[in-house]
Amino acid sequence: MHTTVLILLLLAALAPMGVRVIGKSAGLIIATVSLAITGWYASRFGIVTAGAPILETMSWVPSLGVGVEFLLDGLSLTFALLICGIGGLVLLYTSSYLGDSPGLGRFYATLLTFMASMLGLVLANNLIVMFIFWELTSITSFLLIGFDFHRESARRCAWQALVVTGLGGLCLLAGIILLAIASGGSTGPEFAIRELDPGAILDSPLAGASVILTLIGCFSKSAIVPFHFWLPNAMEAPSPVSALLHSATMVKAGVYLIARLEPTLNEQRFWSDSLVAFGATTMLLGAALATRHVAFKKLLAYSTVSSLGILVMLIGLGAYAAAATYLIAHALFKACLFLVAGTATHIAGTKDTEAIGHLGRSMKISRWSALLGGLSLAGVAPFIGFAGKELTIKSGLNAGGLEAILLAIAIGLAAALTVFASIQVAFKPFFMPGPHKPEHAQEATWPEWLGPIILATLGLVLGLAPFLGMVPLVESFGASLAGAPLADDVTLGLGYLLWPPSIPLGISVLAVVIGIGLFMGRSPYRSLLAKTFAWDRFGPERTYDRLVGTTLASAQVLTNALQNGSLRSYTRIIVLTATACVALATLRIDAVASYLPSFGALTPFDVMLALTIAASAVSATMIRSRLGAIAALSGIGFAIAVYFVLHGAPDLAGTQFAVETLIVIIFVLVTHRLPRFARYTTNLSRSIDIVIALGLGSVVTTLTLLAMGSTVASPVSDFQAAEAVPSAYGRNVINVILVDYRAIDTLGEVFVLAVAAIGVFTLLTIRPSREAEATR
Amino acid sequence: MNSVIFQVAARVLLPVMLLLSVVFLLRGHNEPGGGFIGGLVAASGYILYALAVNLPESRRLLHVHPRTLISTGLLIAILSGVPALLVDQPFMKGKWIEVTIAGFEGVKFGTPFVFDVGVYLVVLGVTLLMAFTLEERYQ
Amino acid sequence: MNIILAFCCGLLAATGTYMLLRRSFVKLVIGLALLSHAANLLIYIVASPLLGRPPLVRAGETQPPAPFADPLPGALILTAIVISFGVVAFTIVLIKRTYEEIGTDDLDQMTSTDRDLC
Repeated sequence: MHTTVLILLLLAALAPMGVRVIGKSAGLIIATVSLAITGWYASRFGIVTAGAPILETMSWVPSLGVGVEFLLDGLSLTFALLICGIGGLVLLYTSSYLGDSPGLGRFYATLLTFMASMLGLVLANNLIVMFIFWELTSITSFLLIGFDFHRESARRCAWQALVVTGLGGLCLLAGIILLAIASGGSTGPEFAIRELDPGAILDSPLAGASVILTLIGCFSKSAIVPFHFWLPNAMEAPSPVSALLHSATMVKAGVYLIARLEPTLNEQRFWSDSLVAFGATTMLLGAALATRHVAFKKLLAYSTVSSLGILVMLIGLGAYAAAATYLIAHALFKACLFLVAGTATHIAGTKDTEAIGHLGRSMKISRWSALLGGLSLAGVAPFIGFAGKELTIKSGLNAGGLEAILLAIAIGLAAALTVFASIQVAFKPFFMPGPHKPEHAQEATWPEWLGPIILATLGLVLGLAPFLGMVPLVESFGASLAGAPLADDVTLGLGYLLWPPSIPLGISVLAVVIGIGLFMGRSPYRSLLAKTFAWDRFGPERTYDRLVGTTLASAQVLTNALQNGSLRSYTRIIVLTATACVALATLRIDAVASYLPSFGALTPFDVMLALTIAASAVSATMIRSRLGAIAALSGIGFAIAVYFVLHGAPDLAGTQFAVETLIVIIFVLVTHRLPRFARYTTNLSRSIDIVIALGLGSVVTTLTLLAMGSTVASPVSDFQAAEAVPSAYGRNVINVILVDYRAIDTLGEVFVLAVAAIGVFTLLTIRPSREAEATR
Repeated sequence: MNSVIFQVAARVLLPVMLLLSVVFLLRGHNEPGGGFIGGLVAASGYILYALAVNLPESRRLLHVHPRTLISTGLLIAILSGVPALLVDQPFMKGKWIEVTIAGFEGVKFGTPFVFDVGVYLVVLGVTLLMAFTLEERYQ
Repeated sequence: MNIILAFCCGLLAATGTYMLLRRSFVKLVIGLALLSHAANLLIYIVASPLLGRPPLVRAGETQPPAPFADPLPGALILTAIVISFGVVAFTIVLIKRTYEEIGTDDLDQMTSTDRDLC
């Protein structure tokens, strides 16, 4: 399993070169590899659906026992098949669709990286590894939406997708870490997904926060209300991207994670309820918004939002088989429709479904893909979409009580609107008249029509004969979510669904009738809808815009306030912050007085030394001549040197004496041509600075006293002194530390010195060039 | 600073201070001293000389440019870490051999001492480079 | 004794900070030097609260005679003294050159970038 991810990454690295060397046909090779990987996963089908998940570990940091564990169960197998299978067809499609684009190599590289990340995401059995892949899909998605980066709108929408999913990602990170802590209890965080302990999480006080944060992360990725607005905007991406990322895979990452955590979290109080509530709202809102639009991809995007809502809702309802069926059905028909939409837009030269007419006369193969995909989207028998919709309605009704009635109405309404949308996008432009009839239009080349027709046919075949792999996959998928084999048999056969007539079937038929009716009267309906959605300017997208605007504006204000270019205000801020932090930390210590050191003996000499230092320090600030200040400074230096002599550090004393002398020499050499010791500041400003300085001074004093009184560990220097003679053959311990124990440190310090000297040398000897001199 | 006494004193002090600095360097591992203070003392000698007599004379007595001292010192300091690498030990781990110098048997000679020589040269070079450049420009 | 020095440390830090906050560049350097004195002194008195003898082992013995001053802060301060010498020297020269180029040592007047100067 690791190999498949690595192969895709390797392919991504090679793709740009491949395209340059062998041109368009590189796409065919890449697509073939991707389909071969699909084949490999398909060959594991038997093992996994028999109820034996495959677990593989690749060691990563063996010394820490960290490995990357990949898990292939029904859930991840379904996703892996969709990612690689649809990915392969999309790559094939791209070789024709973007064949002439100069960015083809870049496109392949990004798309393959995305596929690898997505595979890693669904296979990872570790929350952190999963999260890394999760973020990678956000980043690659950003790059793909902004593929046409010279268009301003593409950049804007790419940013929007990145900001929304990125913020969600941050919430998710916090959520899964809290989850791991809650699950691990006293033994430390537990990041392995399969080892998460539902009981421990239920008991933990962190549970609520972790569930909310995780849900925000998943909702933002899967475009669930109120984060739904980024997905339609992401349609700036080329059609293959929309087909793979924004219908079949990436947006389903949120759904995937919800499904993956379902066995762990379904006991949590508001987990299931929020899934149902947000899912149903998204379903309805997405379906309604889809009917507002006439552009191919916008319409399909809102329809995808609706489908994502359905999936989230189904998981919340505990209808795992329905979720699995709908997920597979949706991936098949939506990817197909997106690809056909891309081709149709190319050929017709417009994306307005209302304008295009009789496109099917020229697109002799793609029209069938559109029709079959559209029927599956509409949920008409015998397509697999029908089974998905029937199971959805049934699950809604199973909720019981008032909830069942509300859900049934919502699902029925959404279904009717989806029928409308599907006629609009898949039937109208191809088979009905319209003002815009492209002359001389030709069907696209085979790589472009092959993928859609395969996907569309698959939707029909699986609908007619679900026993061909569909049933075991759905059962195995459901078992992953339930944590145990499903109790009820999965019934996807048309015979079960159509006979005897049932309430779901009735709702379904009604939805189709209403959908067709709405389509007939679409112009009055649309104007009504436009009025209804007038509140959209207060919607989430405007909120997002306002939020971004406010953030940028406040960043500007903050930057102007803090980064005002005045060194003194920087220093003030730094000093005040440091003072406040240390003061607060000191206030939090219990029984501060117990840490204070004892006063000890005091000799007149000590007092003299201290007074010298104090008096020199104060006079250094007051004296109005430079030389006086320098003299005061060296007074301090010499006093400290004397202190070193008295307290057992002759080395330090010698160095201090030498350095003080040298500094005086340098000052004297330089300063007599410096400006006079001017007083620039006002009295007020001086007073403020005195307060700030005294604040820091008192904090430093307190800190020093506290540090003197508290030794928490035996100093390392005991060892250094004990080993100086036996191991390091030196009797001057300070020197042994400098040149032996901490020699690398000293090496760094002499380098700093060398750099300072070179700096001085350069400042004094390098002069502006003659031209620069002349222009002054 | 044209005081004759000062000039004479500087002429006498330079060799004394150089000798003292070498003593500091050599005995630094066992008694107070070491490369840092040694380098500073030697530098003070030359600076004193340059102030009292003149700069070109002082430069001439140094024989090499201070920059050369810095680079040589850094090189020596780095190289002193290499022997440990050769026997597969961490960079800069001290290595010692016993040598016989001027009749003293069993004198320990090791890479930390070599390192200290490097430090001595760098400190000397740094201080002189700063002081000489400044004097040249502003005196 | 060390308690008095703790107050000296605070005073050095306060005067150093005050000088850092002056508009004159020369005063800023003096502030820098004061602060480095404060830091050195702080490290030393914190680590060696007792009056100690130098950490030197007598010939023929293996341990410095107790009580000896903690050698580690000594080593750290020794390099710190030399480094702060380098930094102060560099800053002095920087001021000097700045003054020569733009004719002021008032920090509030130094609002232009070097690009504008050349």
